[in-house]
Amino acid sequence: MTALSPKITQRVAFSLLLASAVTVILPVVVVILVIVKNGLAAISWEFLTTMPRSGMREGGIFPAIVGTFCLVAGAIVFALPLGLCAAIYLSEYARQGMLSRVVRLAIVNLAGVPSVVFGLFGLALFVDFFRFGASILAGSLTLGVMILPVIITSSREALDAVPKSFREVSLSLGATKLQTIKHAVLPHALPGILTGTILGIGRAAGETAPILFTVAAFYLPRLPQSVFDQAMALPYHLYVLSTQVPNVGVPIRYGTALVLLTIVLLMNLAAVTIRSHFRAKKKW
Amino acid sequence: MVSPKLSVKNLSVSFDGKPSLGGVHLDIAPHIILSVIGPANSGKTTFLRTLNRLNDEESAMKITGSVLLDNKDVYREYDPVILRRKVGIIFALPTPLPMTIFENVIYGPRRQGIQDRNKLSATVERCLKEAYLWDEVKDRLHSPAMKLSGGQQQRLCIARTLAVEPEVILFDEPCSGLDPISTAKVEEAMSKLKKHYTIVLVTNNTKQAARVGDQTAFFLMGELVEVGDTGSIFTAPRDRRTDDYISGRFG
Repeated sequence: MTALSPKITQRVAFSLLLASAVTVILPVVVVILVIVKNGLAAISWEFLTTMPRSGMREGGIFPAIVGTFCLVAGAIVFALPLGLCAAIYLSEYARQGMLSRVVRLAIVNLAGVPSVVFGLFGLALFVDFFRFGASILAGSLTLGVMILPVIITSSREALDAVPKSFREVSLSLGATKLQTIKHAVLPHALPGILTGTILGIGRAAGETAPILFTVAAFYLPRLPQSVFDQAMALPYHLYVLSTQVPNVGVPIRYGTALVLLTIVLLMNLAAVTIRSHFRAKKKW
Repeated sequence: MVSPKLSVKNLSVSFDGKPSLGGVHLDIAPHIILSVIGPANSGKTTFLRTLNRLNDEESAMKITGSVLLDNKDVYREYDPVILRRKVGIIFALPTPLPMTIFENVIYGPRRQGIQDRNKLSATVERCLKEAYLWDEVKDRLHSPAMKLSGGQQQRLCIARTLAVEPEVILFDEPCSGLDPISTAKVEEAMSKLKKHYTIVLVTNNTKQAARVGDQTAFFLMGELVEVGDTGSIFTAPRDRRTDDYISGRFG
């Protein structure tokens, strides 16, 4: 048998590559289609703004939406300042030494920890040791720890992408190192930092395991009153509806999934938009 | 004889154990232009950046000897921030910050805490005039500095350095990316500036050194080969290597 001509080999290779690329799109499209098809019927103003009724078999998911927003806000309030400051230290101050290597290693490991382990960690540290109990505070802190690596890594990348010449110019004009970071580096790293933060938010909003032991209420038909309250949250609510409560209608389950998916996708969309907007604007 | 503005004594610099500059002795009188010439990797940029401690940030830099500014040791008696307000630098590539022309010029003064809008506006006008840029940009001070041409950007960088009111200005191959007309404008600015400032000009262009330098120093492989009045360096160099370099036999 003679070898295939290069032209045919080319075609075959191209077709295989194209097929692989299309296969990647397929699951995304199918997941979204299934959820939209089954859940759209449930979406209504009432579904979004009222309490669950009849053992969660009827009514809305308002407290879960509010709970998710509280948790995400708390996680960001905790993780963004801490992560940003750590990133600034690593990128601007740290010399290549033992400490910076250990910190880098810690971040990589933190990113690799399964989310259910974060849940256990939050239970041990925030719920039991600090006696926050199962509360929004404990849940937010747990989620915050979980998204720290995302925020640190993306902030560091954004800081490192600011040209070295900006720093040299600023220093050469008699600015202190801190002024240089504040005025010549951070403003130009902000879009990247923001992008990472939003991706972190998206992740925090969607995770179930970290909030399982630290905050999530099975059924709490009122809004949380303080950070020491338990709260419902969308991902856990979805889990409960799907596995713990018998006879929940399909539209309610998929409706909940649709709301969660929409929130996360919107955040990712925002991240992409910010990134492309600023990429088009900056020219250096 | 006037006391030197800058006095370099037995200066050696190495990065990561690799020597970059060895045993340099050099006095720079006030209100002159000293041109520093030499082939690539001869240590001239290292020399320049040592004068305002811009190499401090580099890792594993080792420095011996001393640099005196007005008889005070730059590395032992100056805070680097204060030093850099006295010794400004213009980089090889124009490096405006991505902000408006106005904000670029007042970047230094603002960091010193000056907020008064009138004072800042006066500074902008004075510095842009001194850098021969005022007429070209006076109607668009609040447009982005990145939109200027290369030559204009470099003159903006000069204005920005002047705004800090330095005493010494270091130029690190300021015309390497510019066309001849822009180069002429930058050289004209330098010649006028030496009345008020002491200038050290590193250049790859020996003709430029001959045109604007009062004195010329020739560096080769980290060593200061020869320094003297520009006229005598170019007509009667004492060292064979200087002769070879300026007459274009190498480099």
